[in-house]
Amino acid sequence: MLCNLTGIALRVGAPRIVPTRGIPYPTGDPALPPAEERAWRRRLVEQALVAVSTPVEGPTLFPLDGGP
Amino acid sequence: MTRVVHYLNQFFAGIGGEDSAGVGPGTAAGPVGPGRRLGALLGDGFEIVATVWCGDDHAAAGDGVAAEIVAMAAEAKAELLLAGPAFGSGRYGLACARVAAAAEAAGIPAVAAMHEDNPGVGDAGAAPVVGVGPSAREMPAALDRLAGAARTVAAGRVLTPAGGRVGPVPRRGVLAEAPAAARAVDLLLARLGGDRERSEVPLPSFDRVVPAAPLADPAGATVVLVTEGALVPDGNPDKLESARATRWQRYPLDGLDRLEPGAWRSVHGGFSTVWANEDPHRILPVDAARDLEREGAIGVLGSEYLVTVGNGTAVATARRFGVEWADDLRRSGARAAILTAT
Repeated sequence: MLCNLTGIALRVGAPRIVPTRGIPYPTGDPALPPAEERAWRRRLVEQALVAVSTPVEGPTLFPLDGGP
Repeated sequence: MTRVVHYLNQFFAGIGGEDSAGVGPGTAAGPVGPGRRLGALLGDGFEIVATVWCGDDHAAAGDGVAAEIVAMAAEAKAELLLAGPAFGSGRYGLACARVAAAAEAAGIPAVAAMHEDNPGVGDAGAAPVVGVGPSAREMPAALDRLAGAARTVAAGRVLTPAGGRVGPVPRRGVLAEAPAAARAVDLLLARLGGDRERSEVPLPSFDRVVPAAPLADPAGATVVLVTEGALVPDGNPDKLESARATRWQRYPLDGLDRLEPGAWRSVHGGFSTVWANEDPHRILPVDAARDLEREGAIGVLGSEYLVTVGNGTAVATARRFGVEWADDLRRSGARAAILTAT
């Protein structure tokens, strides 16, 4: 799951959570120029693949750090 | 002596399996099948005087069927109607719920029994639904719960969640002994004293989900995109709701490399959709997923995406969607899903 309100996701028990930057744009960031926004989106999807390939015991965050 | 009529489907009544799902309502004197054990569990003071059955397909099809079944129960002078247990069986659960609702409306107290995730839990009208396990392997425990619920209802008491009630509970007005402020202070004092459970309103409980085992090899896997961001083809052809979703949709991604702005829009009522409508990939990352598919990081991007709106969604509805999506994903061969949430 890619979402911004990670506290809720953790509480309801979503097992694999990738934090995003905004509610209205889970796989986006309108503050970035287009090419950088696409690069950020790709990093998020790649992180989602990392998450589904990682064993977890319970709700787990898979944060990306820094910028695009 | 409370006269009980027991409603079963064609399978538990011993008529037949799926091949008999179309049979119309029938009746016999006394208990049938699991009704025998149910009768024994109910004990003295109750007698299952008749059993009514109906094929699941026939029962799910029309409105008049529930009324027909209740008429048969009334002919047997039913004072209490018990329906099920239906476990996780959707058509059977719907039938039990509607029969129970119709019985209550006709003045016969009724209880339906099914698993809490059964789609029928919301259809029982004024009749309470008692929760049981998901499959018929749990018949003995289920009959026990149904018998317990029956005793509660027959005694004129209201079945509560503590007594196993599941599904929506209609509101009733009750005159409280003390004003709300006094009761609230009492609850607070109890909590400060260590009682973290006491509450006038049961809080929704979120079941623990066992995480799926990790994907061994994404490069060989079908990965499906799903979203609660309400991204749909422009024009919202299937009229997906903007809040309080009652359904979900699927749309094809076959042959699509990118989502064109203007051809898609988000109908989500919970946030400003301006950014999503400028670039639909902000909700559904098809472009990134296709790139990864081309590069071999994933095997195949799912040929469809699943969508609903996560805005004021009832927990039970969301749970049902999750079960349906998992079933859909399994059948389409997907090994993982990426869910974008807003």
